[in-house]
Amino acid sequence: MSRGLVVVVASMFLAFGLVRLDAQRGNPQPPRAPKAAAPIDLTGYWVSIVTQDWRWRMVTPRKGDYQGIPITPAAAKVADTWDPAKDEAAGQQCKSYGAPALMSVPGRIHITWQDDNTLKVDTDAGTQTRVLRFGAAQTAANTPRTWQGVSQAEWLMPRPNVPLQLRPAERTADRPPIRPTGGSLQVVTKNLRAGYLRKNGVPYSENAVMTEYWDVYKRPNGEEWLTITTQVDDPLYLRTARLVAPVFKKEPDGSKWDPTPCSATW
Amino acid sequence: MNSKLGFVALIVAVTLSAAPASAQVDLTGTWQRVGQNDNGASREPVDLLGMPFSPDGRAKALSYDIAALSATERQCQMYPPIYALVGPFPLQFVMVPDPVTQKLLAWKILGWGDRDETVIWMDGRPHPSKHAPHSHGGFTTGAWEGDTLTAVTTHAKLGDIKRHRGFSSDRATLTYRFNRHGDVLSVTAILEDPVYMAEPYVLTEVYRLTTNPNNFPLTACEPIEELPSLHEDPTLVPHYLPGKHPAMNEVTEHYNIPLEAVVGGPETMYPEYRKKLKDKYVMPPPCKEGCGRPPAPGQGRGQGQGLNQQGEPPAGGRGAGPAAGRGAPPPQ
Repeated sequence: MSRGLVVVVASMFLAFGLVRLDAQRGNPQPPRAPKAAAPIDLTGYWVSIVTQDWRWRMVTPRKGDYQGIPITPAAAKVADTWDPAKDEAAGQQCKSYGAPALMSVPGRIHITWQDDNTLKVDTDAGTQTRVLRFGAAQTAANTPRTWQGVSQAEWLMPRPNVPLQLRPAERTADRPPIRPTGGSLQVVTKNLRAGYLRKNGVPYSENAVMTEYWDVYKRPNGEEWLTITTQVDDPLYLRTARLVAPVFKKEPDGSKWDPTPCSATW
Repeated sequence: MNSKLGFVALIVAVTLSAAPASAQVDLTGTWQRVGQNDNGASREPVDLLGMPFSPDGRAKALSYDIAALSATERQCQMYPPIYALVGPFPLQFVMVPDPVTQKLLAWKILGWGDRDETVIWMDGRPHPSKHAPHSHGGFTTGAWEGDTLTAVTTHAKLGDIKRHRGFSSDRATLTYRFNRHGDVLSVTAILEDPVYMAEPYVLTEVYRLTTNPNNFPLTACEPIEELPSLHEDPTLVPHYLPGKHPAMNEVTEHYNIPLEAVVGGPETMYPEYRKKLKDKYVMPPPCKEGCGRPPAPGQGRGQGQGLNQQGEPPAGGRGAGPAAGRGAPPPQ
C-alpha cells in the first residue's frame, strides 16, 4: 500500500476513534432538546378516521350501552344516572372530552411545538388543548385537576443493539436495504378531572392514569397515519385496563379545521 | 493508486456511517386480543358503519347471505388476512431462522381453524407476479422501521372482512404495522382494494402477551352436509337480490342510525359526517339487552364486553349460529 493511502486510511480511523473516545471520556455532545431530537414528526393537522366503534363515537349512544368497556359495578351505578341535560346545566358539557376519551372523539387535531420541550395538541371537537411536556416536570400537590390533566412525554428510540436472531436474513447481503429508523412518543397523563370514557356517561375517576404510545407511519405513497395506542387504568371504574388505538390521517393543511364547543347532548 | 484509494475510502466511509439503521423487537409469543372495539362484535347482519366501500363493495356486501358458507364448496373457505384483527383468537408469533446464519428469515403468525397462517418473509424477497396463484393467507413480506415491523400482504383470495359484512377482493393489499410497547402489541392494518373499497379501510387492534393462550389451531377442514336445503338443491347459492336483504333495517331499528349511514361509504368515516346526522338522529331508549353490564359480584364475567380477553369467540361469530347466519335457512 502506498504511503498516501496509508495516511488517508489512518487519518479516517483516527478521526473516527477520536470522536468515539471523546464521547466515552465524558465529553458527550449536550443532549438535544426534545424538539430537535424528535425521531418522528407529529406536527400538522390530522383527521380521525372512524372505522371502529362508530355507533359509540359518531352519535351519542343510548344510555346503558357499555359494550366493550370493562367497567366495574361502581361505574355502572354512576353511568346509570347519566343525564346529559343535567351536565349541560351544570357547565359539565366537557366531561366526555377529557384526555382519556378525547383522541377517540371524531374531529381533527393540530399538533405544534409550543417550545423546545412541549408539544401542544389542539382539537377542533370540543376546542380542547393537551400539553405534552418532556423532561422531569414536577406537579405541585395543589395543582388543580383538569379535563386534560398533566401529561409527561418521552421519546422512545429504537434500541441500538440487535440480537442476531432478530436481524433480517438479507438475500442481498452485500447491499442491505436502507430502512428508516422511526421511534415513538410515550405520554403518561395524570391529575385528571373525573369525566366520561364514552359520551353516554361511562365514567373514569380522577385517579385514572392514561398511558399512550404515538406511532407515525409514513407510507411510500406520501400518506401519513398516526396510531395512538391508549391504555387507561382506573381501579375504581375499570376491571381491567381500557385499551384502544384510535387512528388519524394527516391532512395537508387546516382548511377543514372546524372548532365546535363541547356538547353533552350531541 | 486512485482507484485503490477510492475503494478503501469507501469501505472506511461505510464503516463510519454504520450506525444502526434499524432496531428490532422480539414478537415471539402468543398475543391475546384485547377486543374492546367492535371489530368483530357487530350483531346486525347489515352493519357497514364507517366502512369505506365503493358502490361495488356495498352491492357485494348487501347481496351476501352467510348461509352461503354452508355450501359444500365454501365450508373450508378461510377468512382473508385482515381476519387477524377482526377474529377472536390470539396472534401466535413464531420466529423462523435462516438455517445457516440463524438470522431472521421470516415471522410466522400461526393460523386458526378458519384463518390461514401468515408467513412474513424478512429476507427482502419480492412479491410474486400478479398472475401467481392466490391463497387464503396471501403472500407477505416485512421490514423493520426502527422497532416497528411493517408487513405487506398481497395474493390473498377474496374473503369477507368483518364478520360477514363486506368483502375484500383478490386484488387487495393489506399493510400491517406491528408496534410492541412492553407487553402490549398494537397492530394497525390498512386494507386497500381497487375493487371493493373507495378509500383505505383502516383498523387497529391491541393485544397483550399471554402465557395462558387459548388458541383454535388450524386443522384440516372436512366439509359436511350442513343445510338440508343445499342437499336437496346443490345448485342453490344462498344470496339476496338487490334491495332484498331482510336485515337491512335492523341497525336503524335498534339504534336509530339512519340507513344511509348503515350502508357505509367513505364519507361515513370522517368527522364531518356527524353534521349530516345531527338533525336525523334521536337517541334510542336505554339499552336493555347485550349492553355490556359488569358482572354482579361473584357472578362471572358480565355480558358483552372484554369480548375475547378470555379467548372465547364472541357471540355472533362464524359457527355461532346467528339468527341470519351460517346454518340459517336460505331466503325464501
